[in-house]
Amino acid sequence: MTVTAKIDVKNQDISESIRKLLEDILKTEIIQAILVSQHLPMKKMVMPTLVTDPDHLDGIDPLAPAFPVNAATIAARLTRKPIGEKIAAVLRPCEIRAFIELVKLNQAKRGNIILISVDCPGAFQNKDYLKFAGQNPKEATLRFYKKVMDGNAVEVEGVELATACKACEYPVSENADIQIGLYGMKTDESILVKAQTEAGDHILKQINLSATNEPAARQTAINSLITKRSSFRDEMFLKTTETTNSLEKISSFFASCVNCYNCRVACPVCYCKECVFVTDAFNHDSFQYISWAKKKGIIKMPTDTLFYHLTRLTHMSTACVGCGQCSNACPNDIPIMELFRTIAHVTQKAFDYQAGKSIEQKPPLSIFCKDEFQEVVGIND
Amino acid sequence: MSEFEPTIVAFFCNWCTFTAADLAGTSRLSYPPNIKIIRVMCTGMVDPQYIIKAFLEGADGVLVSGCHPGDCHYINGNYKARRRIKLLKEILPQFGFDSKRLRLTWIGASDGIRLAEIMRTLVSQIKELGPSQSKLSMVI
Repeated sequence: MTVTAKIDVKNQDISESIRKLLEDILKTEIIQAILVSQHLPMKKMVMPTLVTDPDHLDGIDPLAPAFPVNAATIAARLTRKPIGEKIAAVLRPCEIRAFIELVKLNQAKRGNIILISVDCPGAFQNKDYLKFAGQNPKEATLRFYKKVMDGNAVEVEGVELATACKACEYPVSENADIQIGLYGMKTDESILVKAQTEAGDHILKQINLSATNEPAARQTAINSLITKRSSFRDEMFLKTTETTNSLEKISSFFASCVNCYNCRVACPVCYCKECVFVTDAFNHDSFQYISWAKKKGIIKMPTDTLFYHLTRLTHMSTACVGCGQCSNACPNDIPIMELFRTIAHVTQKAFDYQAGKSIEQKPPLSIFCKDEFQEVVGIND
Repeated sequence: MSEFEPTIVAFFCNWCTFTAADLAGTSRLSYPPNIKIIRVMCTGMVDPQYIIKAFLEGADGVLVSGCHPGDCHYINGNYKARRRIKLLKEILPQFGFDSKRLRLTWIGASDGIRLAEIMRTLVSQIKELGPSQSKLSMVI
């Protein structure tokens, strides 16, 4: 029997209840370090921190509606090689899905880490978060939670959630070892904690928790949230297709792109050590530009903008988890996530694949079968 | 006005289709000169990037052709190519590129006659589609 338990919430402070749980987990000594978001003392921004001393869990704020980086890459970095110690990471569902992709791409090891996830109501864009957090960010987090827990709010105090989050149909992680449940719970009184794998169960059994059953209301709440977000997502797909379905439209979509490649750096599943677009293959000779320009009388500088984005789509769209960090990173506010998710939805469907869903499902471009996709062969159709 | 002459970039694998093209030549078979052949060692080395580049540079069509399934000199390169073409045929039409502009065929080393036939058909198909949208407009 796997552990399903509840943790009491005092003074409506969910963060404190989670802090206590993480402290207990760290004290079991099965886990030597926890990766968890917290407010840096010098600034309000929330960043992932690796904590080995339970005393340093005081500043944590895993519920803060801030999502500065997709920590899947950090978790990958921590697990790439065995270190003889076990770590845990508190990640959002999309970070876990990205992590699963990285495991399949041989960039991370699943066995070396305990994944803890909290039900995710979404987050703000970076700029919006700082506006929202104000002087007392920890208190702002609790205000945020109160407002969004019913699953209906997409803005809090006039600040809108990131579009990626509004369109996310995975608010609860299926692949976390330990899931902390908020949806469908009376979060003023208690929150849910349950083991979803043997490894998670092993840890929770070392901690003194009061067993409970998952309330039926929880699944109902989650389902209705998923329905709502899916319909927002489908609408987003339609709108995006409408604005990008020709060369002219896609060019105007990317017209303000300055080839900074921030979207690729922020992308958790773009894992190449050296992207082809920064290699010598794209360090063109000066005369090359003139000869290109002469062909049509004009070229846009810097060149290869659309080439870059289309190539990235072929390279990573089957692994895209829709976390929205690309949009977050864009200095010119191009809604990249909208486009990439729209295309990713098409490509993942074509290969009957869902990014981050399971470790077993092989990445589409890493395998092949003998008698498949006959429809793309030949010149008649 | 003169007839539209399309540019078709063709990636031929060294072992089968390129050999077939050689055979077509030595057999004095003729096919339209619109096909610009790029010899690659295997269709499995055709990165989707090459095909995107060809289209963005104004190619009206791209043909990738290699050994029949089971005949790949490198055992399974053509199976990998097929998945990549499938991927591109999902992505490119999203941006208004007609999926018919991208073709994948298997042409064995002894199929010189078939190669010439396919080239003729392909060129007339692309002529019917007209110039690609990237041919005249500026690509960013």
